Amino acid sequence: MSDAPEWLKHAKKHMNLTPYLAGIGGEIVEVGTPAIARVPYSDKLVGDPETGVVHGGVITGLLDHTSGLAVMVKLREPMPIATLDLRIDYMRPAKPHQDIFAECVCVRVTHEVAFVRGTAHQGDANDPIALCTGAFMIIRGGVHGIPVTPA
Amino acid sequence: MSDYRTGNPAKLIEAIPYCRHLGITASVKDGSLLLTMPFVQRLIGNPVLPALHGGVIGSLLETAAIAQVIFETRGEKLPKPVDITVDYLRSGRALDSYARARIARQGRRVVNVHAEMWQEDESKPVAALRGHLLIAAS
Repeated sequence: MSDAPEWLKHAKKHMNLTPYLAGIGGEIVEVGTPAIARVPYSDKLVGDPETGVVHGGVITGLLDHTSGLAVMVKLREPMPIATLDLRIDYMRPAKPHQDIFAECVCVRVTHEVAFVRGTAHQGDANDPIALCTGAFMIIRGGVHGIPVTPA
Repeated sequence: MSDYRTGNPAKLIEAIPYCRHLGITASVKDGSLLLTMPFVQRLIGNPVLPALHGGVIGSLLETAAIAQVIFETRGEKLPKPVDITVDYLRSGRALDSYARARIARQGRRVVNVHAEMWQEDESKPVAALRGHLLIAAS
């Protein structure tokens, strides 16, 4: 992160302050390849009151956020981006009372579209909770400002 | 055994902490299930536009899919998502959101569900979901 351009450091700060991410208690861990974000377990994230398993939407949200960040890492200047689509494969339920991490890599940026692959896990990336595949629109010449996903 | 296993989607959604966090509620009108998510600041992903977070939109759609399966199958157990794909069609604005789902195909163990979310106009969806959910064998 220390050699990241100024605008990207700025973007990290703003991505951390995103109301949704702040509301679920999440934070950005790494602005790089991969981009990493973390959300600690908390009762308000539960999707199944019987088991205490976190709602799939939390994992979708964290992967979407981290995917957007991974795209920004590959951009040379700040540009608004928008999620086109996101596919999530749920490998197994998240274990209650453990942090969830999302690790995403932007594998290719074209003039208009960026492609991302990501993993959600609980400390061991080789034992994923979920995998994601996403495509993002890059809005060149769009309104400048902090490029926060989704535009 | 908690009392959320009622086959009643409104009660079920109410009992899910993450749905309460997002403010999602379910109601049945004319025999069909409607999910509502009133706008609140903590749903924002882009404060500049402002726009709803993509994860919030995905969460609402996934919840709509789960609730529809419970509603139609009168399931006692929450279905488990296997995979979902969300297409983002328009920016989610700082407005109240709604979602509806339908079962495209119900097998013995797996259900294929389609869901849509909109804001002011149901004919202009903000996002659409397709997904598979696992249900307990009947």
